[in-house]
Amino acid sequence: MFVSYKWLQEYVDLSGVTPAELAEKITKSGIEVEGVEVLNEGIKGVVVGHVLEREQHPNADKLNKCLVDTGAGKPVQIICGAPNVDKGQKVAVATVGAVLPGNFKIKRAKLRGEESNGMICSLQELGIESKLIAKEYAEGIYVFPNDTEVGQDALEQLNRDDQILELGLTPNRSDCLSMLGVAYEVAAILGRDVKLPEPHAETSSEKASDYIEIQVEAKEDNPLYVAKVVKNVKIGPSPVWMQARLMAAGIRPHNNVVDITNYILLEYGQPLHAFDYDRLGSKQILVRRANDGEVIVTLDDAKRELTSDHLLITNGTEPIALAGVMGGANSEVQSDTKNVIIESAYFKGATVRKASKDHGLRSEASARFEKGVDPNRVRAAAERAVQLLAQYAGGEVLEGSVEADALQVEPAVVSVTLEKINRVLGTELSMKEVEDIFARLQFATNTDNDTITVTVPTRRGDITIEEDLIEEVGRLFGYDNLASTLPVGSSAPGHLSQYQNKRRLVRRYLEGAGLYQAVTYSLTNEAKATQYALEERKPVQLAMPMSEDRSLLRLSIVPQLLEVLKYNSARQNDSLAVYETGAVFLSNGEEDLPEEREHLAGAVTGLWHSHPWQGEKKPIDFFVVKGILEGLFEQLGLSDKIEFRQAQKDGMHPGRTAEVLLSGEPVGFVGQIHPTVEKELDLKETYAFELSLKAILEEEVSPLQYEAIPRFPSITRDIALVADQGTAAGELKGIIKEAGGKLLKDVHVFDLYEGERMEPGKKSLAFSLKYFDPERTLTDEDVTKAHDKVLEAVKEKAGAVLRG
Amino acid sequence: MQERLKELQTEALEKISTAADLKELNDIRVSYLGKKGPITEVLKGMGKLSAEERPKMGALANEVRDSIAAGIEEKQKHLEEAAVQEKLAAEKIDVTLPGRPVKTGNHHPLTRIIEEIEDLFIGMGYTVAEGPEVEKDYYNFEALNLPKGHPARDMQDSFYITEDILLRTHTSPVQARTMEKHEGKGPVKIICPGKVYRRDNDDATHSHQFMQIEGLVVDENIRMTDLKGTLEIFAKKMFGDDREIRLRPSFFPFTEPSVEMDISCKICGGKGCSVCKGTGWIEILGAGMVHPNVLEMAGFDSKKYTGFAFGMGPERIAMLKYGVDDIRHFYTNDVRFLKQFSVHE
Repeated sequence: MFVSYKWLQEYVDLSGVTPAELAEKITKSGIEVEGVEVLNEGIKGVVVGHVLEREQHPNADKLNKCLVDTGAGKPVQIICGAPNVDKGQKVAVATVGAVLPGNFKIKRAKLRGEESNGMICSLQELGIESKLIAKEYAEGIYVFPNDTEVGQDALEQLNRDDQILELGLTPNRSDCLSMLGVAYEVAAILGRDVKLPEPHAETSSEKASDYIEIQVEAKEDNPLYVAKVVKNVKIGPSPVWMQARLMAAGIRPHNNVVDITNYILLEYGQPLHAFDYDRLGSKQILVRRANDGEVIVTLDDAKRELTSDHLLITNGTEPIALAGVMGGANSEVQSDTKNVIIESAYFKGATVRKASKDHGLRSEASARFEKGVDPNRVRAAAERAVQLLAQYAGGEVLEGSVEADALQVEPAVVSVTLEKINRVLGTELSMKEVEDIFARLQFATNTDNDTITVTVPTRRGDITIEEDLIEEVGRLFGYDNLASTLPVGSSAPGHLSQYQNKRRLVRRYLEGAGLYQAVTYSLTNEAKATQYALEERKPVQLAMPMSEDRSLLRLSIVPQLLEVLKYNSARQNDSLAVYETGAVFLSNGEEDLPEEREHLAGAVTGLWHSHPWQGEKKPIDFFVVKGILEGLFEQLGLSDKIEFRQAQKDGMHPGRTAEVLLSGEPVGFVGQIHPTVEKELDLKETYAFELSLKAILEEEVSPLQYEAIPRFPSITRDIALVADQGTAAGELKGIIKEAGGKLLKDVHVFDLYEGERMEPGKKSLAFSLKYFDPERTLTDEDVTKAHDKVLEAVKEKAGAVLRG
Repeated sequence: MQERLKELQTEALEKISTAADLKELNDIRVSYLGKKGPITEVLKGMGKLSAEERPKMGALANEVRDSIAAGIEEKQKHLEEAAVQEKLAAEKIDVTLPGRPVKTGNHHPLTRIIEEIEDLFIGMGYTVAEGPEVEKDYYNFEALNLPKGHPARDMQDSFYITEDILLRTHTSPVQARTMEKHEGKGPVKIICPGKVYRRDNDDATHSHQFMQIEGLVVDENIRMTDLKGTLEIFAKKMFGDDREIRLRPSFFPFTEPSVEMDISCKICGGKGCSVCKGTGWIEILGAGMVHPNVLEMAGFDSKKYTGFAFGMGPERIAMLKYGVDDIRHFYTNDVRFLKQFSVHE
C-alpha cells in the first residue's frame, strides 16, 4: 500500500511529524514502512506554461516550434518533439536552469538551427512511470486543465510535492489497504483523532429501485450487494489531484467515473465497479455461480472460460462481470456513457481468490476482497462514490440504493484479564494504561475488575482472541519498552543426542582427512534420483515440479557430488575431495511419508597428494578412499564389524568396487566411478562412496573400556603365501584369523607380488602375524603350534602354500 | 734412548697437529703407538740399560706414549667436530620452500552457522530436535494454525507430493511434533535446524531449497520479555556485542503476538546505507509468542502454558556475516567458495 502523506493529512492531523518520523513510528508499532519516496526529489524549476503559438519547425518534420508564456516576463521559444503539443495548451515547462530526475540540467540550446529556451515535459520526464500515465498523455506531453494558472510550480499543480510511504502489509493487516484504515492506525500511534469523510449527495426524485432490480442466488459468496444509479454523467478526465493520488498509489487514471471507483477503493478499501446502465441489456442484476463452460469477455478483451467455482454478475442471462475480479467488456463505461450503476458488494474472499487465481487476474480489487473487506463500509463507500460522481462527473444521483442483504455483521467481543496481558508480555501495566491503548485504537471497552472486554470494530477483522488484544497492547506500548529477561523455572542441561554427536565426529574426521563438506539439492531428475541408490526403491515424485531437473527426491547423494566435481573440474579445480551428509528418500507408497535415511557420501578425483618440488605426486586410488573409511570405522569403534567385499554396481568400475558390510549387512559401497561415466562428466579417475550414515551411527558399540598395556612381549611371524590370483587378501586374512585362535592378536598384509617370477595365475601375499598372551611370555612352541594350524587352514581352505 | 723417545714424541705431535682427517690420524696412531711402532722398537733396547735406569726409561716411554695418545684424542675431537660442522653446513636447507601440504577440508559455511547457533542454545539448556523433510500437511500447516484454504499455504508456494504430503516449507513442523511428544507437559526447549523447500525460482536471493533454524520454549510463565532477552543474547553472540536489536510487530499464523527482529547495520552503524536500504536496520529473524491454537493442537493447555518461538535462515545470516552476495553459492559448492570458510576468526 502506497500512502500519500498529504492525503493522509485529510484524516489525521500530522503536524509536527515529518514523513520520515511517521515512517519510523509506523514501523515500530506494527507495519513495516519499506520506503519513503519523495515525489519531487531531484526536480527544480518546472512551471506551468501557456503555449501561445505552435508551428512546424522549419528544418525538422517531427519538431514543433512553440512560443511559450512561462509567467516570467517575455514568452520564450521552445522546440518540442511531442506529437500532441498545440497552441493554447497549459503545459509543464522545464525552464532554462531547471533540473529533472537523473540530474538532467536544462540549458539554452539550438535544435536544427532554432533556439530552444527550455523543455515542455511529459510526465515520464517528471519521474512518473509510463504504466501509470493516462493513455492520452502516455505518448506525449502532459496537458493541464485550461484554468491552471501560468507560472505556478508545475509539480505542486500535479500534487507531486508529496512523500509516499510504502507500507509492507502482513496478511492480517488488510485493514490498512485503505487510507481510512491507515488513518485509524496512525491516529492510534500518535494518540490523535480520525476525521472521516461525510458523504452526502443531493438526490433526484427518481428512485434507483425503479431502474434496477438486484437478485443474489449465491448468497454465501455474496451476502451483500448494493447498487446505486447515477444518471447523466459527463465522461471526462477526473480532477488533477485525484489523478495524482491514483498515480502515487500505483493506479493509472482513465476517466472520471473509473477514477472515482478506484479512488474509493483506495480511500475506503472497498472495491467498486461501474456498469454502463444503457449497455446492461436488462434492468436486472443477478449474481450467481457460473455454469461450467460459460464464457465471459472481460475488460481486457480476453475470453475466459468459467467453471461453477466462479461467481458471476449477470444481467439476468448474460455475464457482465467476474465478481470482484474484473468487469465484462459488454457493460464497460465508455466515453459516451451517460448512466451508470455503481456496484458496492461484499464478496467472499475464497471465492474471489479462486477466480483470480484460475484466470491469473490479480487486481487491486481482488486483493482486497481476498483478504476480506469491512462489511460496514460497503454502503458508505457507495455513498461516497455517488457524491464524487455528482461533484466531478456532473451526475444526477437517484434516490436510494438497491440492495440484496443477507449479511449478518456482529463485531467480535473479546475479553482478557490484566493479569494475562502482563503475564504474556512480562510487563506491569495498569488497567488505566491498557484502557488508554484501546481508546487510542477507538475500540470500545468495558472493564470489570481485572477483566477488560473489547468490542472490536469490523474494520479490524484480524482481532478475534485474547492474544490478539495482547498484541495490540504490546505493540502500542512499544516493544522497545519491554525488559529483557530469560526464562526461569526448571532447567535441564542442553546437549546433542548421541547420534548428533557422532555425526559431528564423522564430519570433523572427514574434513581432517581432506574432504570439503558440500550441501547439494535433494530434488533431482529421474536419471540421477536412482543412480547409485543403495536399495532398489521407488523415488518420491513431486506432483507439480517446476522443472524436469527438480522433479524427484534423491535416493543417493553420489550423483549430486559428481556434479560438484564436474562443476569444479571445469573451473580448473580437477583435484578435489568432497563429502555430504544428508537425507535420501525412499518411497513408502502414496499414503505414507517416505522413509528418510541419512546417508554419507563422498567423491574424490584427480591428485590426492601433490608436492611437486620434492617430486611427490599421488593420484587418487581405491586404497586412499578405503583407508579414509577404515579410519572412520576405527573412530566409531566399528572396525571389527566392517567388511569390504568385491562387488558389481551400475555406474561403477566392475573390478574396483567394494560393497561395505556392517555386521554382515550391506550398508554401502566404495569404488571407482565407471570410466564411461567419468568420461561423460569430463572427470579424471574418480572414486566415490556412499554409506547409510543412519545404519553406521545407530549400530550399538560396546562402551569404552580400558585394556591393560601388555606386560609381556609379543612374537611376530611373517609368512609369504602363494595363492591363486582370484583369492582375495581379505579372504585369506579371515582364514588366518579364524585358525590362529586366541593367541593371534593381529594380522596384516605387508606385501603383494604378482610379477613374472610367479607361476602364471598365482600371486604372493605376505602377512605379518602377531601372537600374544596377556598372561605370560609366549614360548616358541606355543607359537609354532598356533602357526602350524594357520598354515594348514590356508592350504586346506584356499589352496595357499608357503612360498619356497 | 732418551733422546730418541723425545724425538719421537716431538715428531709424532707435529704429525698429529697437521693431520688433515681422521684416517691420517688413525695412521699416526698405528704407526707410533702400535705394537710394531718406533716406541716399542726403542723399548726393545731396554735390556741393555742398568736396573736403575730401566724404570726411569719405562716411565719416560709411558709418558711419551700418553702424550701422543692424548694428542691424538684431542685432535680426533677437533676433526670430528669439524666433520660434524661440515656435514651440518652441507645439510643446510631453504626454509622458505613450501612445506609438504597436509590435506584438509572444512565445514560448509551453512553447517558452520548452524553449529554455532546450536552450540549457543545448547549452552542455554536447549536440545537439538530434527524431523522429516517430507511432511504431512497436518504438521506443516494445520498444526501451526494454517488451516486448509489459508492464503499462506497456496499450492503454488509448496512442493506437494500428494494432497496430504509435501516437502516441508519450514522447520516448524518439528516444533509441532516435539510438543506432541511432550504430551502436554513442559518444559520444551528445543532448537530445530534443517532443510526446507519452497517453489521459488533460484536467483541471487531465492533458492528452492534452503536451511532454517528455529527455536521453541514452552513452559509455565514464559513471557515476551524472555523472548527479547534470549534474542538479544543470540544477536550479540552472532553479530557482535556492539549491535543493537529492535523488535518490530509482525505477523505469523503460528505466533501471537508476532515480531521481527532487526539488528543495527554493521556497515553504516545505523546511519543508513545501501545494505540496510537506508533504514539503519537489518532484518534477521521472525519470532513471537506461540499461538494458543498451536499449543492446544499439540496437547498443551494454553491457559497454563505459554511459549515463544523464533526462526531464521542460516543463508541470510551467513550472507550478512560474511558478505556473501548470492544465495546460489551455498549450493554450487565451488571449492574456491568453500575453502574460504576454513579460517576461524
